[in-house]
Amino acid sequence: MVKIAVMGDTESIKGFAALGLDIYPCESDDGAEDLFKKITAADYGIVYVSERLTILLKKDIERLNSRQGISVVPIPGVSGNNGYGTASLKAAVEKAVGSDIIFNK
Amino acid sequence: MAVLNVNPTRMELTRLKKQLATATRGHKLLKDKRDELMRQFLDTVREAKTLRERFEENMAQVNTDFLAASSVMSKEALDTALLAPKQEVYLEQSVRNVMSVDIPVYKISMRTSDESDIYSYGFASTSFELDDAVRGLSELLPVMLELAEKEKAVKLMADEIEKTRRRVNALEHVLIPRYQETIHFITMKLEENERSSRARLMKVKDMMIKQQLEHKHAHPETL
Repeated sequence: MVKIAVMGDTESIKGFAALGLDIYPCESDDGAEDLFKKITAADYGIVYVSERLTILLKKDIERLNSRQGISVVPIPGVSGNNGYGTASLKAAVEKAVGSDIIFNK
Repeated sequence: MAVLNVNPTRMELTRLKKQLATATRGHKLLKDKRDELMRQFLDTVREAKTLRERFEENMAQVNTDFLAASSVMSKEALDTALLAPKQEVYLEQSVRNVMSVDIPVYKISMRTSDESDIYSYGFASTSFELDDAVRGLSELLPVMLELAEKEKAVKLMADEIEKTRRRVNALEHVLIPRYQETIHFITMKLEENERSSRARLMKVKDMMIKQQLEHKHAHPETL
């Protein structure tokens, strides 16, 4: 039995604490990588990361998502949606098909 | 295309023919695998896309509710209300095998079965915007779970498709032609050897006949 973690700026992820998910607030960009490593090393099945941080952690996220095990899902924060989630789906389609035939409509 | 560096013998020919048969069968199987994976991948991507759109739309609403709540409540009050949860979520992971790709399947279980346990605060001191936000978020949880499942599946399948496609291409454009050409080369070489030995035999026979004739001419009395 594993748990679910949410990482991001406090304002965006506070609500998830009420649902019973583990939250990891991260205000500064500097500590993000270390915190993310710590979370992914712990016993979590899914890690939701707010989209602002996904840009910083892009490499680590892609490495983890192409493997079995932990899944990292970008979620929009209070500051809005930067489209990272859609972009990563798009990238997967391009990788598999050769060109984007799903989002390019 | 390069011919493999092998001895042109019958044994080598049989061996290569066997290998070609295996490669052709493997190619066909991998091609089928790629096509089926692609079909399932496209279905999953479409589902993931709709889920993500729905999730982002609802998440924006939830965030607006939270902003509204935080504007009428003090930061401290909001923190006290939210950061000591009654509820806890556990995740059960299992895998589903789709064309040799292990795709995760998630199921959540709560610590308590009471639905209202997501409200970890007394209603007297909090605003109704907060209730809306928390309820919205809890309704979003199943969507988030499914989204995690689908997005992971999409990533894993994309990798597997790429790998399979490379294998199919390597077999189709490198290995199989190479085997075919080597088989052709050995067959030609063996035929050539056969022709040359036949020519040599004929030549020897000619020489023997010629010798006998000369012998007859030299010693007619032996007849």
